[in-house]
Amino acid sequence: MTKIGLEIHCQLTNLQSKLFCSCKANYREFEPNENICPVCAGMPGSLPRLNQEAVKKATMIAMALNCSTPEKIAFFRKNYFYPDLPKNFQITQLNIYGDTSVGGSGTISVGDKKIRITRIQLEEDPGRLIYEGSSSKNQITLVDYNRAGTPLVEIVTEPDFETPKEVRDFLNILSDLLKNLGVADPTLEGAMRADANVSVHGGNKVEIKNIGSFHDLEKAAHFEITRQESLHDRDIPIAQETRHWDDRRKITVSSRSKEEDMDYRYFLEGDIPWVKINPEIRTELKSEMPESISSKKERYVTKYNIPEQVADVLSSDKFYSDMFEKSHTESNAKEVANIITTELMGLEDTREKRESSKLTATHLRDLADSIQTGKVSRNSSKNALHEILKTGKSVSQIISDLDLGNVSDESELLKIIDKIISDESEAVEQAKSNPQTINYLVGKVMQATKGKADPTSTLNLLKKQIGI
Amino acid sequence: MNLKISALEFIEEVKTGNITVEEFTAKTIERINQVDDKLHAFLSVNDDAIDQARNIDKKIKSGENVGACYGMPISIKDNMCIKDTKTTCASKMLENFVAPYDATVISKLKKQDAIFIGKVNMDEFAMGLTTEFSAFGPSKNPWNIEHVPGGSSGGSAVSVSSYECIASLGSDTGGSVRNPASFCSTVGYKPTYGLISRFGLISYANSIEQIGPLTRTVKDTAFMLNLIAGIDPNDNTTINNNNEDYLEGIESGIEGKKIGIITEMMGEGIDPEVLSATKEAISKLEGLGATCEEVSLDMVKYSVAAYYTITATEAGSNLARYDNLRYGYEMPVEGYEFNSYISKARKNFGPEVTRRMIIGGFVPSAGHAGKYFLKAMKVKSKLTKQINEAFKKFDLLIAPTVPILPFKIGEKIDDPVSLFLVDINTVTANLTGKPAISIPFKIVNGLPIGIQLLANSMDDKLLLQAAHALEQTVTLPEVPI
Repeated sequence: MTKIGLEIHCQLTNLQSKLFCSCKANYREFEPNENICPVCAGMPGSLPRLNQEAVKKATMIAMALNCSTPEKIAFFRKNYFYPDLPKNFQITQLNIYGDTSVGGSGTISVGDKKIRITRIQLEEDPGRLIYEGSSSKNQITLVDYNRAGTPLVEIVTEPDFETPKEVRDFLNILSDLLKNLGVADPTLEGAMRADANVSVHGGNKVEIKNIGSFHDLEKAAHFEITRQESLHDRDIPIAQETRHWDDRRKITVSSRSKEEDMDYRYFLEGDIPWVKINPEIRTELKSEMPESISSKKERYVTKYNIPEQVADVLSSDKFYSDMFEKSHTESNAKEVANIITTELMGLEDTREKRESSKLTATHLRDLADSIQTGKVSRNSSKNALHEILKTGKSVSQIISDLDLGNVSDESELLKIIDKIISDESEAVEQAKSNPQTINYLVGKVMQATKGKADPTSTLNLLKKQIGI
Repeated sequence: MNLKISALEFIEEVKTGNITVEEFTAKTIERINQVDDKLHAFLSVNDDAIDQARNIDKKIKSGENVGACYGMPISIKDNMCIKDTKTTCASKMLENFVAPYDATVISKLKKQDAIFIGKVNMDEFAMGLTTEFSAFGPSKNPWNIEHVPGGSSGGSAVSVSSYECIASLGSDTGGSVRNPASFCSTVGYKPTYGLISRFGLISYANSIEQIGPLTRTVKDTAFMLNLIAGIDPNDNTTINNNNEDYLEGIESGIEGKKIGIITEMMGEGIDPEVLSATKEAISKLEGLGATCEEVSLDMVKYSVAAYYTITATEAGSNLARYDNLRYGYEMPVEGYEFNSYISKARKNFGPEVTRRMIIGGFVPSAGHAGKYFLKAMKVKSKLTKQINEAFKKFDLLIAPTVPILPFKIGEKIDDPVSLFLVDINTVTANLTGKPAISIPFKIVNGLPIGIQLLANSMDDKLLLQAAHALEQTVTLPEVPI
């Protein structure tokens, strides 16, 4: 039996400032060591200044994951030497002296399964080491402290996963949840990192550190299970050890350093007094929390009669559900949902595409309305959407520019149908004997009208003209 | 020009035009040049002091607003950051460290037109009580230069008592302000934990230490406190004092106050001269209308052990950042892997700091924390309970500041344990967060004895009132230098 437990580090990328100073939490735009101050650079005499907003956001995450939240939280020092750690200790949270981290035990449903959350803690990210030089002889290590002090939430799970697929499903749910809360964008480079604990057949636990993305986390779990299974099959003992994920080769490699033997000498961070999180604060946070994904989904299904799968896809993506909220009306909700999930999601599947897109809520509303009133066919609406994304022109402008308007005039459509019937006499005969083949003729009409004809009326008219 | 005046007298003299700031500053620098070769209070002297003094004189002449300090020369213990100034902690590790920012106390005093006349000596990273552990050599006691001035804020006490400045800021982790104040016959005060911002004070044991003034009079201390106390957004541990005016009502006296005499600080190991001076002080307080009675705090007997366990633990963590990667001293990196570089660079710490960091690595470590660190924390909380209990009955507590007289330089340096025990009367205020003050009380055989008063948290005003009352009962000889 395979057991996988996760430790997920997620930066609170949507915060303005770092956890203990006013440097930017979004360090990505800076030249090396420009987003630093005496506090996050650990200069002598500097003191941490707790970012209360970070405490709020971390508590929201805890509540969203159904974790217990304590009355008072405390910070601890984790002491170890590493060049990316300006103070040579990390300010983090612990539960060994009572429940004092932002989140205690909780659960989250992944499919039919409940995954138990062990705890959630708020801590600071270290800086980054950058290795330069090719051979070991001229290799140098550079340190960039821009990231140091970025607020980080660590989510620790019980070893409740049995397959890499469950890990992936959990990560998708978690990622959607964090985005929906508006606390983090897990797709930003380095915003989400993880460690995994893997064991098979009740054997020793192996910790895999340094997994840089959700995508790799599933791969790492898969690799490690395969590695351990193959050792197990050959009766080779599996060592209890720490391994690193080799990002380039996509394998786990045994770590030379004995990190499991490290003694971090945890003790209370005296520079940050205990933070009270009383029931009033929790109530306030609850009211500030955005609607949860599951409640959104339910609303979409019951209120707008949107099919379950469509509602599921739409509600779990914050970007698109926000867009839906802005653009739909009582009457066109289903159509808007349809456009977003069947067309738009494919067209705006990367950050770059989303950013360059000129689509607005008004566009979506108008397009859905145009489909519903028959001004444009569903088919042609796809072309219109492409054009909107590129040019940002209004829906009516595009319909006329590209001549996408429905051939609504029956006499005009009849002319085209009559021409097709005379051109395709063989197919007409075939259709008479086998009505299934009439679709070929419908296709021909569509071709001739560049998709502007309404498929239902085309079919009806065709049948009438042929006499079947 | 009389350099021996108090801060409040200085301000009056300047305000009335009897002296100019420039004259006083020049005289002060002259005095430093005269005596500091012998005393070694200063690690660096401010080259801009005269210019700053002239500017303040100009402001006074032209009728501009002048800050409350009126160009008063103040020395600063070399563990507080003054922007663009060397801040060494009397350590080789920070020999060339130039602070990139001002400590909160510094920026507050700058606004009040104080002149930072220089940075003063201390035990390395404030670990010690004699200044013998300064990497740049010990300071000498101006009452007898063969004796230690106390520590770790020894340079502060020496500079105030020998008229090299009017006031000084020190820091008190286990008595580091009160101990040298007692040994050099100045006032030395450790406020309620959180009353003065520590932002910019280089941490030794952050959970118990405070910045505190060393001055000639209790009123001067109250004056300084008015300028530097209060909540600071840069230090989350500071508390709101509602802009208390500590000078207001300082002459209220102590009629009817109840004072507890801490039994555990009056017995074993106390010098008979110190004991009799303390008894004298007690009868003087009774003469002023207070009632005094013994009170036992039996946790005091474990307080030194707890103190060194806790401070070593915090020091081990606070001083970990000195790895020479971001600042420090010249040491080429070529040919080192980072662990070996850090180990080598950190060999520049002196023996006392090294000793405490080794202890600090051990006492909180897995497998030993229960026996040492966690036990020390228990002592701390029990001691706090006991003292809180005592303050239900008493307004103030009294004890000698140090159980012994200033000893000779070198006398105890090879015996760390007996040196540690000298802290027995001062660490209680730090472990419990209570305010405490040392008042100059007596000179015996040419050496000073200080008396310590303690008050409950945030009773700093009452403490200063009582200290002022006691101070008024004594007349002391002048320092012989």
